[in-house]
Amino acid sequence: MKFGVIVFPGSNCDHDAWYAASHNFGQEARFIWHDDHSLGHVDVVILPGGFSYGDYLRCGAIARFSPVMAAVRKFAADGGLVAGICNGFQILVESGLLPGALMRNAGLKFVCAPVRIAAATTNSPFTNACEIGRPLTVPVAHGEGYYYADERTLDELEAEDRVAFRYIDNPNGSLRNIAGVLNAGRNVMGMMPHPERATEALVGSTGGRAVFESLIGALTLAR
Amino acid sequence: MSAPTSELITPELIALHQLSESEYGKILNILGREPSYPELGIFSVMWSEHCSYKSSRLHLKKLPTTGTRVVQGPGENAGIIDIGGGYAIAFKIESHNHPSFIEPFQGAATGVGGILRDIFTMGARPIAVMDSLRFGPGSDPQCGARNRRILEGVVSGISHYGNCFGVPTVGGETIFEPCYNGNPLVNVFALGVFKKDEIFYAKASGIGNPVIYVGAKTGRDGIHGASMASAEFTEESKQKRPNVQMGDPFLEKLLLEACLEAMRTGAVLGIQDMGAAGLTCSTCEMGSRGGLGIEIELDLVPQRETGMTPYEIMLSESQERMLLVAEKGREEEVFRVFHKWGLDAAAIGAVTGDGLLRVRHHGDVVVEIPNRELADEAPLYDRPHAQPLRLAPMEAPEFASADLNGDLRTILSSGDVCSKRWIWEQYDYMVRTNTIAGPGGDAAIVRIKETGTSVAMSLDGNGRYCALSPREGARLAVAECCRNLSTVGATPAAATNNLNFGNPERPEIMAQLVEAIEGIAEACAFFDTPITGGNVSLYNETLGEGIFPTPVMGIVGLLETRAPLTMNFKAAGRVVILLGGVGACDTTRFGGTQYAKAVLNSMWGLPPALDMEYERRVHRAMREIVPLAESAHDLSDGGLAVAIAESSFGGAGFGAAIELNSQMRPEHLLFHEGPSRILISTSDPEGVECIARAHSVEAPRIGVTIESTIRVSNNGVELLSIDIASAEQAWQGGLGFPASWPV
Repeated sequence: MKFGVIVFPGSNCDHDAWYAASHNFGQEARFIWHDDHSLGHVDVVILPGGFSYGDYLRCGAIARFSPVMAAVRKFAADGGLVAGICNGFQILVESGLLPGALMRNAGLKFVCAPVRIAAATTNSPFTNACEIGRPLTVPVAHGEGYYYADERTLDELEAEDRVAFRYIDNPNGSLRNIAGVLNAGRNVMGMMPHPERATEALVGSTGGRAVFESLIGALTLAR
Repeated sequence: MSAPTSELITPELIALHQLSESEYGKILNILGREPSYPELGIFSVMWSEHCSYKSSRLHLKKLPTTGTRVVQGPGENAGIIDIGGGYAIAFKIESHNHPSFIEPFQGAATGVGGILRDIFTMGARPIAVMDSLRFGPGSDPQCGARNRRILEGVVSGISHYGNCFGVPTVGGETIFEPCYNGNPLVNVFALGVFKKDEIFYAKASGIGNPVIYVGAKTGRDGIHGASMASAEFTEESKQKRPNVQMGDPFLEKLLLEACLEAMRTGAVLGIQDMGAAGLTCSTCEMGSRGGLGIEIELDLVPQRETGMTPYEIMLSESQERMLLVAEKGREEEVFRVFHKWGLDAAAIGAVTGDGLLRVRHHGDVVVEIPNRELADEAPLYDRPHAQPLRLAPMEAPEFASADLNGDLRTILSSGDVCSKRWIWEQYDYMVRTNTIAGPGGDAAIVRIKETGTSVAMSLDGNGRYCALSPREGARLAVAECCRNLSTVGATPAAATNNLNFGNPERPEIMAQLVEAIEGIAEACAFFDTPITGGNVSLYNETLGEGIFPTPVMGIVGLLETRAPLTMNFKAAGRVVILLGGVGACDTTRFGGTQYAKAVLNSMWGLPPALDMEYERRVHRAMREIVPLAESAHDLSDGGLAVAIAESSFGGAGFGAAIELNSQMRPEHLLFHEGPSRILISTSDPEGVECIARAHSVEAPRIGVTIESTIRVSNNGVELLSIDIASAEQAWQGGLGFPASWPV
């Protein structure tokens, strides 16, 4: 599998995503610069965590205009797999690739903590190796992770089985405990928790491995 | 200090620049003429206490600074030690006390920014930050509201800067005392890693080589920050808010990546960050270290505002800026990297052979000062020092506990001992996926992916102990850091220190500083942890009231990468061993404890007694015991009772039933803070005892782990019986801020 990790100015989990894919899962992984107009040949694109462009206007609001995002949009439209983690999720939402918005945490503070989440569907390339409802410990580290959408959108997401993950311990007030969502095509997923930080017991937990295993499984099947 | 407009050098102007008559005389000697106005400003900042260490330098020489691992000792941007495998680490601690009082958020944020630049200017990628914080109590009748606001601001500032930059904040300490009401302490430690043969120094070289300015544009912020940090606080200090710099962690992140990338081109020869005293300090220090001159034209300096004077440009402390010397003809390679990251980069001058700092403005020479005299020949004072200031009595008040369970709860919920989760959960302590042991433990551990080894680090300082005896308190801080490291299995390797004191012009304060430095020197020499750098922050006084003498130690240790040994009991039925023994304590040595502070609201006597020889044997034994232990926790604030309680917290729900046979009075037995002790649980007590014996260290079996309660008895009399849940509740809620999650 070829993983592409986008590097925006201010991305700071780019290396962690790259390390998880390459070292902990033995996959080919490379960085893609925000100024590039093409993604090159990749099977899955990760928009990593961080503070793209300083997140000064609104998280992800500037990154959506970066040149590489046109290529990401096209890649997604062609069915390519795109995963946004934390700031990457915020960028996907700002780009209109995923519905809803991410607001200031209900507790008004940045929260860094391992939390329990559970997959809400296995019908996606990001969750097919998960078990619905089984707790996975995955860290969050964000100040703006409160998932918000209007009632109709939330109902629609649930009706279409597009909630990827829910919090068991909700760290930010997200509506209906939503931690991650899918697009209608089920090939774009965003989540606030950091699966790439939870792929080695030595540095905390292994709850995030399921996301990588799902992706690798889905891509192997597709070949 | 308001920026004067007059350029006439008057006695008032000299005094305003905090230069004494004799210092001004020295300037006249060096220049052979009257200084220009910008020159006066330059001397003022370079010779400020903050930049020149003029009161402390003489005594800092007593510190041990060499060792087999030391690659770079004091005098550079950070100290460096060899960690093996071709890699090295750079680390240092620095204070941002004064700005954090005036503007807590930006003061703390730029404190983080400044120390991070010190690390990556040497070519190292920062991989860990820790903070040592001191505030006035939130419950203070007069200052409580302000103290809480300062605490919230400082924590937000650290969180904002560190999280955005992408460096994990892996630990630290937070202490509350009324003496910090008007003078909080914000000491930030940072550590970075690099290849041993890819170290960059802040040294100019090669006559004719270009001097390049990179990073943020220069504005009017932070002018006189260094001088502000070198004076006591008065009511007018609040008006100094414009002297506090504004931080931009995003820009710093770009600067980090661009600097490391530019260094890899091979075109960069020397580099220094613009911290205190900005462009002034970076130019003259780089010149001085290289024995060369530097000439710059201010018109070429990227500026954020129009109409800035040479004085303002040279003294600005705008953040996120670096100065570098590149190889002539390879400027474009450097520019290309910085432009890729969207940063300004401009050649503003060149290295010269005449040893002078020459500054031009619109082509006219406005500053011409010999670098060496400016940077290295600042005044040096042997300030008078008498008996250290001591306000506490030697005699203890009468006391007898009516409720030991209640006393324990009181200590657990006190500001110093309680859980600091509310603080450290605001810090991203995991980014870069190297954090093996994060905040809340005895020492933090960060793995080095490149070498397969790990680095442990601990910050410690105890102002109370130092107020009772600066020398003993300083030695205890070194011992505790080394004990913390040994408790997680790391071998202490090297140290950095931050000396926070009051006004050195008062002999009784100067004596505190001298005694503390000598105490650190003794202990660091003994524990083989040379000092590789640090910071001195003096004039920590507000309206004539000084802080406790507060030396803060930061010590790093090395260990193999493996699953960490943590403090929490893991199962029931394990043997609990008190490595080092129950120790001894008399009433005099009880006066600096948390019991005296939280329960008796009093302070007297002397700090706990330290036998360094025994302490070192405990460390050596502990490091060997690590593979046999299921949990280990060093005894410090709150003594044995608090160590047992903290080992019982964390969700597993295992406490301990402890039976002691001591002649000590119950308060002493449970709460004395004698050093050289570590609480261990193990399923191999014989193995632990065998190692302890080999090191001639006591290791009494004092009990077993049990479910859900903590029970302690002495000679058959029950002293403590408390359920874990209620104890933990007291401990969790002690800081007084509501939990921000789960929602």
